[in-house]
Amino acid sequence: MALKSKHLLGLEGVNREDIQLMLDTAASFKEILERPIKIVPALRGITVANLFFEPSTRTRFSFELAEKRLSADSVSFSKDSSSVRKGETLKDTVRNIEAMRVDLVVIRHSAAGAPHFLARCVDASVINAGDGAHEHPTQALLDMMTLREKYGSLEGLRVVIVGDIAHSRVARSNIWGLNTLGASVAVCGPKTLIPLDVEQLGVDVYVHLDDALEGADVINVLRLQFERQTQGLLPSVREYIRQYCITTERLADAKENLTIMHPGPINRGVEITQEVADGPYSVILDQVTNGVAVRMAALFLLSGGGV
Amino acid sequence: MSGGRSLNQIMDNKDVQRAVTRIAHEIIERNKGAQNLVIVGIRARGDYLAARIAQVIEGIEEVNIPVGVIDITLYRDDLQVVLEQPVVHKTEIPFDIGGRVVILVDDVLNTGRTIRAALDQLVDFGRPRSVQLAVLVDRGHRELPIRADYVGKNVPTSQGQRVTVKVQEVDGSDEVTVEEEPS
Repeated sequence: MALKSKHLLGLEGVNREDIQLMLDTAASFKEILERPIKIVPALRGITVANLFFEPSTRTRFSFELAEKRLSADSVSFSKDSSSVRKGETLKDTVRNIEAMRVDLVVIRHSAAGAPHFLARCVDASVINAGDGAHEHPTQALLDMMTLREKYGSLEGLRVVIVGDIAHSRVARSNIWGLNTLGASVAVCGPKTLIPLDVEQLGVDVYVHLDDALEGADVINVLRLQFERQTQGLLPSVREYIRQYCITTERLADAKENLTIMHPGPINRGVEITQEVADGPYSVILDQVTNGVAVRMAALFLLSGGGV
Repeated sequence: MSGGRSLNQIMDNKDVQRAVTRIAHEIIERNKGAQNLVIVGIRARGDYLAARIAQVIEGIEEVNIPVGVIDITLYRDDLQVVLEQPVVHKTEIPFDIGGRVVILVDDVLNTGRTIRAALDQLVDFGRPRSVQLAVLVDRGHRELPIRADYVGKNVPTSQGQRVTVKVQEVDGSDEVTVEEEPS
């Protein structure tokens, strides 16, 4: 079995078989994280460069751990401590790193499409760790893995994504992936934070949270990015909390096996209350654990044999 | 299975059953009982043979034998060479192997590279007192200094032949065949 693509740039257009293969492989890798010696020699001799042009703790840590667990050698780079500050272009930065014989590049960038651009100009396989408001495929995969663990299959699940849909790469990747695996997806948020024509991605759109939550199996709560308020997209944070914060009261009629997810970092008391984030429906920390397994799977499958 | 290949059955249902029973007895005899034993099968046929050997031993000795499964894919030495990437399955050793006698079980012993990978993986789980190897078929052609402690059947083969083991649990019946690889 092998993936159709040499890169993991997004989940748009990735077929069911490839997503299943990544999730199955991740499920097998999860066991390694429970071992006394948490390392396997699978990627010995493979070198991975982690290029983080945008701040990240969770994702970067998760990729670095995944690389170590598979015995890959890795080098990491962050924007502030590199030649990018001296004005080097993205292409030059990566060409130089590739000249040092790197097999895989993990990239996070504030510009949508940066990983795609890279994939065209280097020989290494590229993994998108988040590009602007476009895609964050490994986050969506770990969300799907977490749901598959709990429900067995995603077929027919009703997933509601709440918050700033317009600026969310997590939302976009989730919509594509979930639809491919047969879940039904709804998005809910203030009109100003919902992209025009989002229905074309195959989702239901709600402005009122209580309508959206009716019959939901899963609520994926997005982080509110405070800078949106200064852009005039939100009347006030307090208004947002009143309308969209996930609280225990709001979940009074929820299904018994409801799942609450959050990609982190959480603004407690803004998009979700303390009580719900740490409550019985929450799988937020399972998501983090699964993140390492999913990234191991992506690295392993893309490092491929024979190429 | 394409036409033109000659199929040659070398063990049938009963032969496999007898071999499993004999191996189980030999394991008990060699270890003077089954007190400290754990059995670990290698995917994807050795795990079923491991469970059967454990069952026979449990029947005779009236003790509970822990059975584990390992998938050696991530420990293969040809991962970067093979054209088609193998699917990774779970390793399940939900017990401590430290200080225990581990019986490693596989269906066919050939080059010994699978066993090398399995041994490497096993020591990542602890320090067994000893490891013994049981195989249903030993076909020769070793590329590493590895030998089996318990052998169901020695089958001298040429390198151009293929040995296939089928087990009831997956394939519907127990059978070992040798066929000519189409050149």
